[in-house]
Amino acid sequence: MPRPFTPKVVTANALLEGDVVYLAEDGSWTRRLSEAELLTDEADAQIRLIEAEKRTSEVVGVYLADMAPGDAGPEPVHFREAFRRTGPSNRFHGKQADA
Amino acid sequence: MYRYDEFDAAFVAERNRQFRAQVERRIDGSLTEEEFRPLRLMNGLYLQLHAYMLRVAIPYGTLDSAKMRQLAYLAERWDKGYGHFTTRQNIQYNWPELRDVPDMLDALAEVGMHAIQTSGNTIRNVTADHFAGAAADEIADPRPVAELIRQWSTDHPEFQFLPRKFKIAVTGAPNDRAVTAAHDIGLRIVRNDAGEIGYAVLVGGGLGRTPMIGKVINGFVSQADLLPYLEAIVSVWNLLGRRDNKYKARIKITVHEHGIDAIREMVEARFAEVRPQFSGVDLELLRGIEAQFAAPAFRNAPTDAYDAARDADPVFRAWADTNLSAHRAPGYAIVEISLKAHGATPGDATAEQMRVMADLAERFGHDELRISHEQNVVLPHVHKSDLPELHAILRAHGLATANIGLVSDIIACPGMDYCALATARSIPIAQEIATRFDELKIEHEIGALKIKISGCINACGHHHVGHIGILGLDRAGVENYQITLGGDHTQDAALGERTGPGFSAEEIVPAIETIVTTYLSEREGPGETFLETYRRVGMGPFKAALYPAKGTSKDEARADAA
Repeated sequence: MPRPFTPKVVTANALLEGDVVYLAEDGSWTRRLSEAELLTDEADAQIRLIEAEKRTSEVVGVYLADMAPGDAGPEPVHFREAFRRTGPSNRFHGKQADA
Repeated sequence: MYRYDEFDAAFVAERNRQFRAQVERRIDGSLTEEEFRPLRLMNGLYLQLHAYMLRVAIPYGTLDSAKMRQLAYLAERWDKGYGHFTTRQNIQYNWPELRDVPDMLDALAEVGMHAIQTSGNTIRNVTADHFAGAAADEIADPRPVAELIRQWSTDHPEFQFLPRKFKIAVTGAPNDRAVTAAHDIGLRIVRNDAGEIGYAVLVGGGLGRTPMIGKVINGFVSQADLLPYLEAIVSVWNLLGRRDNKYKARIKITVHEHGIDAIREMVEARFAEVRPQFSGVDLELLRGIEAQFAAPAFRNAPTDAYDAARDADPVFRAWADTNLSAHRAPGYAIVEISLKAHGATPGDATAEQMRVMADLAERFGHDELRISHEQNVVLPHVHKSDLPELHAILRAHGLATANIGLVSDIIACPGMDYCALATARSIPIAQEIATRFDELKIEHEIGALKIKISGCINACGHHHVGHIGILGLDRAGVENYQITLGGDHTQDAALGERTGPGFSAEEIVPAIETIVTTYLSEREGPGETFLETYRRVGMGPFKAALYPAKGTSKDEARADAA
């Protein structure tokens, strides 16, 4: 039996600022994970990834990150993505300071 | 200190001009990321977890006040007001934006600094003993030869696309403070029977995924032969090194696979070919560089003020006992400024603190500063009579933590708080350990103990050579920390041995406390250091204390299989 597909978001770093961005449903890049499009279909996720990878003048290092559906949008299933969403734990910098 | 000549200045300016154009072409789309990435890496620019990171070289860890002030300026102007000093004596800025980096590099060039070859498969920033030029036990100052190697390796046409990165460290003292045995090449300045200065050359050391202690390839290479000998080593490895597998590409694997004797033979053969190309200009250059590293004019003055402060002020005395080291000149001391205030991020300094340290160097320290691989700042030449005033100023700026060499003087890589390669966090673990032992008020009782933490197997935090090493891993989606004991970074370099199964982020600080209390109960007296006790009693008591209810064969088998 095929393994159930873990939902994903498309994520990358912005070319100019370097900060973490996520692909929203309307195709724009958002700084907030809560606004990211949660992709629940594997084929759909692959297409969104391939499209996003072409946008090299906007972002760097595009990939699919595992997520779980949550009340306030996608929720990380791995601590690395939780840190990317928040910022470093030793200083109040990064996304936690921008919020 | 070495001053850029016209050639150096023109070279760095041209390189910065090129990089500015490359950044513009990346932004306007004429360069793809694939094309741009190796170019930015060659200029020290990484893309990390939350932002770009610029790694600036501090050659052999040496700075003057003007350079330190410029580092502070960069931190304020283009970053978030602080910098992170690393285990390779570099400084990293964690938040630059791509468009600003060319301006940052130009600002660095104004004070004779750059970020060239702080990344990529090149010969990296040459590191050296942070007490260079000041240590009482020194045979010769390692910095002139480190500068010569910097010049030789910078943009060396044969060595821009090596199988992997390549790191060289130099010590001028028999007490190795530069961890030379854990470098691709380690140089130890020695004298031969005729009293001539030369170099014992170690090759194939390194930490990371496959830690190895360097092996002596040549016990004495003369000054005249050094550059061609280095060129021969890198050249042999450049051909032999495993380009098929990046995990096997470092020279430590090449030496391991071929054997040191076979490598030595090949190096000797290559050396015979390249030696005639070195006409002696390199030695002339070295003499010129040495003149620039001449010792400052040390003054001869009484140290009464120091003695009086020691007697009168227990806080000063505690600081003097831990943060001062023996200087070669009478009446002088080497001062280590701890960047490890309890609970702070190891190696971080604010722009304001950098300026304070620059002012102190200018006022009391013959305008010299060093960055240690242990992520502290060194004022190498301070007259003891100035120490009470210097200490008072350090205290006023949160820089007088008296913990050099103690349990809270922890090396920690940036870990998953910043690094894209990390598998777990390092910094919070260091912060919690330091805070815990500060609460217990026993770190002076514990004495010399080096804890080193890495957030992945690449081992930037040197965990293999920590008396207590901590390695952060991702175990099935959870941070997990393995402990090693008995590592040693000195001339008697040794790799630590794993205690057993790892610990969760919540368990790791109590586990370290267990190890330390075990040491305190096992030691023969306060005179026996942690490392000495470990060597005497072995792993047994520590293991028993760490895994009291466990230790079943099943757990052990699982740990060994991991």
